[in-house]
Amino acid sequence: MSADALPATKDERLARRSLPRRLAGRPELGAIVGAVAVFVFFSVVADSFLQWSSFSTVLNASSTIGIMATPVALLMIGGEFDLSTGVMVTSSALISSMFSYQMTANVWVGIGVSLLATLAIGFFNGFLLVRTGLPSFIITLGTFLILQGCNLGFTKLISDTVSTKSIGDMEGFPEAQDVFASHLTIGDVDLQVTVLWWLGLVALATWILLRTRAGNWIFAVGGGKEAARAVGVPVERTKIGLYMGVAFAAWISGQHLLFNYDVIQSGEGVGNEFLYIIAAVIGGCLLTGGYGSAIGAAVGAFIFGMANKGIVYAQWSADWFKFFLGAMLLLATLLNWWVRKRAEAGA
Amino acid sequence: MTTTDTSAGSSARTPLIELRDVSKSYGNVNALQGVSLEVHAGEITCVLGDNGAGKSTLIKIVAGLHQHDAGSLTIEGEETRLGSPREALDRGIATVYQDLAVVPLMPVWRNFFLGSEPTKGRGPFKRLDVETMRTTTRAALLRMGIDLRDVDQPIGTLSGGERQCVAIARAVHFGAKVLVLDEPTAALGVKQSGVVLKYVAAARDAGLGVVLITHNPHHAHLVGDRFVLLKRGAMAGSHLKTEIALDELTRQMAGGSELEQLSHELARPSAKDTPTEV
Repeated sequence: MSADALPATKDERLARRSLPRRLAGRPELGAIVGAVAVFVFFSVVADSFLQWSSFSTVLNASSTIGIMATPVALLMIGGEFDLSTGVMVTSSALISSMFSYQMTANVWVGIGVSLLATLAIGFFNGFLLVRTGLPSFIITLGTFLILQGCNLGFTKLISDTVSTKSIGDMEGFPEAQDVFASHLTIGDVDLQVTVLWWLGLVALATWILLRTRAGNWIFAVGGGKEAARAVGVPVERTKIGLYMGVAFAAWISGQHLLFNYDVIQSGEGVGNEFLYIIAAVIGGCLLTGGYGSAIGAAVGAFIFGMANKGIVYAQWSADWFKFFLGAMLLLATLLNWWVRKRAEAGA
Repeated sequence: MTTTDTSAGSSARTPLIELRDVSKSYGNVNALQGVSLEVHAGEITCVLGDNGAGKSTLIKIVAGLHQHDAGSLTIEGEETRLGSPREALDRGIATVYQDLAVVPLMPVWRNFFLGSEPTKGRGPFKRLDVETMRTTTRAALLRMGIDLRDVDQPIGTLSGGERQCVAIARAVHFGAKVLVLDEPTAALGVKQSGVVLKYVAAARDAGLGVVLITHNPHHAHLVGDRFVLLKRGAMAGSHLKTEIALDELTRQMAGGSELEQLSHELARPSAKDTPTEV
């Protein structure tokens, strides 16, 4: 093929950048390498890991983390943390359940109220952040504790126990269950509907990040806030929007919890915020912001699912799961760091 | 010193930007006091001063980041007050900052259009026009004489001079009438500085009014048409290029007597203290 066949916009010097090098510049690479390694590892140590039924179990476990890891990744690319995500999911479920129960309303009314209330929490996080200029770590740590207190306090106040009353016989429950907690069977594979929510969110987040103005702004506010502000990027709106995106996903997760289990334990969710952050970081998000991808975070969540269920299939004590997760986090971060150094040196 | 340049031929036109007796204080610190300057199309106005002279404050007022307390800011004959960087941009004033001109981890083409991204499609399918962004970036850079190998590389991988040039090309492309440059050569080597000054001159030739902030009188005198000297927040002089030679500019900039004293302090100690060969 002659050089003339190349499109006119291509620069012939571009050929010097080889395929591996271009791949190395992608944030997902570290996560994908890690995912393959974990997959091979459990395929070897656990016989039943390679069955379709195990695969669906892994996907289901990944999806509940993945739904939250996606907007958390976007938020981290935007340069901020959210520590309130774990309990926000529980709050969202509690609001929905208790509103429907106390008002004896159709559960969809509770779902709607919960959506508004959860988005309001996200807005509160973002608004406080841009107004006070305090680190998001502190602000969302505050929200985390406030929400945890409210979850326990209000639930005891209203239901006299630490869990909500069953709303399984209420109007609209079956339909809501179809949307948030149904199962799909494809051949041997039994999938929760959360897998669809997850994949949908990843696709949406990737589209936003790479193909919209908002995505450009997310990278910019995380990678250089002052530069972004100076060229006219609405920094404050972008950050508030990111927190509300996290809240939206927390609402989906919360409704899944509610319509899957019918009853919600008010103390649940604590500690999950770290799982979401870990998935995003394994997926290539920089803690300092400005770099990362939604697909990477999805792979990170998948690694979480594989490790979580793989340990069960390998018939080890589940106590080792946290050890495994910690080691994965360190390795993935090191790998990402090394890959990025190489990519930058070669560019 | 409130000498104005009414004698200069070019002043017959309305200046793009005119600052008259502008002051600004932060709390009880007077950062800027009674500063006046003019920026004309196709000319370079240099603002010279040492650290803490008020150069940054001046830039922030023109860029819309801060508002002045006293005096007047006139843009194309209309007295105004800039509320935000966006407003300044809309009035045709583009500012290129020394260290925060770009987002290092983002590709060149994303940086180039940051804040003014072109889109296509409508409603939920409204999306970035990536192809246009890429080709336009390449073309705009080429027009300024910058030949980038790959517009997809993170802008942080470019050299300091190249980054400045991309930022200047960006301002020119987006139809800025006034280009404000904050110490564009401060962190650069001699050769790189020369390259950047070439693009500054290219922007001037494209008909822009340029404000060049610097503490290097040699760079200023190479390209400048007007010189405003700042010292401790106040005006220390205002000159046209025809009125002042490089030597005099350097002397005023360094503060004459201070320089003499410095040369005295730096002089070799008497002969008996100098190390002798062993």
